[in-house]
Amino acid sequence: MSTVTSTSAAEPVVDYAEAVQTYDPVMGLEVHVELNTATKMFCACATGFGAEPNTQVCPVCLGLPGALPVVNAIGVDSAIRIGLALNCEIATWCRFARKNYFYPDMPKNFQTSQYDEPIAFNGYLDVELEDGSNFRVNIERAHMEEDTGKSLHIGGANGRIHGADHSLVDYNRAGIPLVEIVTKPIVGAGDRAPQVARAYVAALRDLLKALGVSDVRMEQGSLRCDANLSLRPKASEGQDQNDVPLGTRTETKNVNSLRSVERAIRYEITRHAAVLNSGASIVQETRHWQEDTGVTTSGRVKSDADDYRYFPEPDLLPVAPTREHVEELRATLPEPPADRRRRLQSDWGYSDLEMRDVMNAGAVELIEESVAAGATPSGARKWWMGELARRASAEGRELADFGVTPAHIAQLDGMVGSGRLNDSMARQVLEGVLSGEGSPETVADAQGLRLVDDEGALSAAVDAVIEANPVVADKVREGKVAAAGALIGQVMKEMKGQADAAKVREMILTKLGGS
Amino acid sequence: VTSDITRISAADLADRLSRKEISAVEATQAHLDRIADVDGSVKAFLKVNDEGALETARDVDRRRAAGEDLHVLAGVPIAVKDIVTTKGLTTTAGSRILEGWIPPYDATIVTKLRAAGLPILGKTNMDEFAMGSSTEHSAFGPSHNPWDLERIPGGSGGGSAAAVASYQAPLAIGTDTGGSIRQPAAVTGTVGTKPTYGGVSRYGLIALASSLDQAGPVTRSVLDAALLHAVIGGYDRMDSTSINAPVPPVIEAARRADVKGMRIGVVKELGGEGYQAGVRARFEESVQLLVDAGAEVVEVSCPSFEYALAAYYLILPAEASSNLAKFDAMRYGLRVLPEGVDDPSAEQVMAASRDAGFGDEVKRRIILGTYALSSGYYDAYYGSAQKVRTLISRDFASAFEKADVLMSPTTPTTAFKIGEKVHDPLAMYLNDIATIPANLAGVPGMSLPSGLADEDGLPTGVQILAPATKDERLYGVGAALEAALIARWGGPLLSRAPELLTTADSREVRA
Repeated sequence: MSTVTSTSAAEPVVDYAEAVQTYDPVMGLEVHVELNTATKMFCACATGFGAEPNTQVCPVCLGLPGALPVVNAIGVDSAIRIGLALNCEIATWCRFARKNYFYPDMPKNFQTSQYDEPIAFNGYLDVELEDGSNFRVNIERAHMEEDTGKSLHIGGANGRIHGADHSLVDYNRAGIPLVEIVTKPIVGAGDRAPQVARAYVAALRDLLKALGVSDVRMEQGSLRCDANLSLRPKASEGQDQNDVPLGTRTETKNVNSLRSVERAIRYEITRHAAVLNSGASIVQETRHWQEDTGVTTSGRVKSDADDYRYFPEPDLLPVAPTREHVEELRATLPEPPADRRRRLQSDWGYSDLEMRDVMNAGAVELIEESVAAGATPSGARKWWMGELARRASAEGRELADFGVTPAHIAQLDGMVGSGRLNDSMARQVLEGVLSGEGSPETVADAQGLRLVDDEGALSAAVDAVIEANPVVADKVREGKVAAAGALIGQVMKEMKGQADAAKVREMILTKLGGS
Repeated sequence: VTSDITRISAADLADRLSRKEISAVEATQAHLDRIADVDGSVKAFLKVNDEGALETARDVDRRRAAGEDLHVLAGVPIAVKDIVTTKGLTTTAGSRILEGWIPPYDATIVTKLRAAGLPILGKTNMDEFAMGSSTEHSAFGPSHNPWDLERIPGGSGGGSAAAVASYQAPLAIGTDTGGSIRQPAAVTGTVGTKPTYGGVSRYGLIALASSLDQAGPVTRSVLDAALLHAVIGGYDRMDSTSINAPVPPVIEAARRADVKGMRIGVVKELGGEGYQAGVRARFEESVQLLVDAGAEVVEVSCPSFEYALAAYYLILPAEASSNLAKFDAMRYGLRVLPEGVDDPSAEQVMAASRDAGFGDEVKRRIILGTYALSSGYYDAYYGSAQKVRTLISRDFASAFEKADVLMSPTTPTTAFKIGEKVHDPLAMYLNDIATIPANLAGVPGMSLPSGLADEDGLPTGVQILAPATKDERLYGVGAALEAALIARWGGPLLSRAPELLTTADSREVRA
């Protein structure tokens, strides 16, 4: 049986550096990905996100008496492609199984899943860390299952069931195909464990996106991560760390952004360490990540008493993909991410450091799309990795979520390239785009931003500044070219910034006979 | 004239309809009248669908008048077991938990019945969720055997068998998980077929045990069963376990009724000790009649059948415990609030509703199944039962190397008295000892009347089993045996059943 407790009091934690000094973290990551098939896993209902509650339902996904499931063949193909992309073996024969437990948002009170016969198993995913090193995450299995409905608790605090007046259930999500990807225990990450977790989920997200099997929108729940963590003592002198037995784990649910993955693991490391330091034991339990407070809270106590009474689903036939079919699917796989990264770096002419920054910021695809839309690779990098990346990092948001599109960046870069805008004007335009004022052209037009290309006006402004600053002008004439800077600044001020500084410099030096 | 209509076979009724000697409305009304007359004492129906049936009949008559090409059974009324979903018509599976539930969709077989123009007379009584051999586990009270109203009509599909045996319907739909079509047929003197697993769609059958359930015909003749089998059989993409092949040539086989040169295997383990003397005697006569008709008899042994009942009572409850989990009061069906609990949780409402809505036999099997699937017990119980199932399939495979069909008595005894075994689950379970192996192996089986037991004058049944997908052999052998028996009896067995007191009679008696 399960008990629900609600702990709101902050639990003690220790300093992160101290925690990883004393303990070796071991992680296990379970990622649920909603497939983007047109129909559900076992019926013909639509799967679109955001539809009116209970409008995408039928006797099958509502679990009406007498209804029977039929497997979505495209869902199976997607699962096989995910398995192949994760370097897994693909089962020659496997079955669905029923996972039995009672919950109001699960129409049949069992979830059709896979148990000891997953469609894909024994794979790995290589992920690149911030310092450019590679970390291999081994994959235990990837299996197919169906999603549950969604409960909405009305009248309680924070939409939680505790204290709610009543609950509403939306079954639109019930039966949407899921693939659950489970890692083997991730050992050897040490103090980089939170970073490894984040990098793994990010790499997995990119891979799934490249496969085209899912929308991978973490904020919409189409990619969900459960993070298991345990700590064990650091190996003593001469002892192999792998010989130190694993500690008790906790499973943290509701980890719904890349940043949260990193933070949740980090928090749990500090919490586990505090518990262990105090001489107490970790309770094996499910914990919930609280995005707002940055802590995990205790959920259901898991124990060996959890018994889902799995048995092979008798309403479905075994899934037995032929080797020919598996090879056909293998042929549809996109370029492996590492190969793709090397290719793009070479195409774009980025340094290793530049490429790594771009990857860490999650900007590879945005830059790729910007370049495709006409931006120069260096321009695309400059604009995405400047103010936008700074904001994304400071606010913990995704680069793509600011309303700036690759088409915008291509347009902006083009305006600089054609000499219409200078850098500072372009930055001003980007601000406008960020504030939702429209495309770069619209913003530039509205704000009247345009470099002055009237030679006469510029020449007159230069003459006036030279005349007003005879001492500085003389220094330049004497060959102190650096002194021209002060004059350039004044001309730019005169021109309200709407001049090409390089051109102004050239004109001053010509007029003063320098250079 | 109308009383005659209810006595004739579905095939004859279909002929008369197609020759426009009678209308579908007349045929349907005659059966509705018969239901009104006798079902007060038989209690075969949980719901009579007067208006819906007549509407279908009127439609058939209109289309026939317009010269449309109609299905051979168009206008022939039918009764449907209450475990099959019927859009707009209550479907309870004999359970309090589904009392009043009106499905929003038709089972595939109902869609086929409607498309063929068979008026649906109503929904027939059954043991709750098809768990039982007597209809005594129906939440709405038992049905009665037309041969003796004090006795059970078999189960779980006793309502369908009783309706057909008492001329309330020429045809009925049953479902058979361990004998629920064949055992009621045997004890009511009717014909019932459990087709090959996957031969008839299960979409819309409220599942008892998914790997065992199969719907099939309940009729008064082998040819009628074949005609109905052909309507409901065939591939359905909504049922993943459905066989993607044409319906076996059952009608042709029933019409040919030829057993010359066929090898009939008598199963050593299904007979002898534990079988009533009259049942055995009628079985031996049936075998002899087939020999007289040109068949050859061989004895076959199926040693693993000994474990069939035990394996069945692990597999069935295991699957049922999961299949019945959906009845949780959240989306449909009975909802009961727990007593003395303020602000009950969803789980508490589920528990209270399931406690109030399920009968004892259902609870017994849910508990058995939950236990059998529990971690630590799974291998010993469910796992072992699945191995037995494999052994039983092998027994069938080797038996079918020696014989074209197998035969046995359908049930060990004739109909027992209502109340006699209801408190002894094991005794109740033993009724299905001869029928269960076919479900475990997925092979087709038929029961047809073999006569009356000398000691109690009640009907006995003989069971024919064929290899998977060879359903036509049941009909060939069944029709041949039926012809020989009718020749011997000088008429159908049911013509020897006592006349039921009708409502009109009882009015006269009272007057």
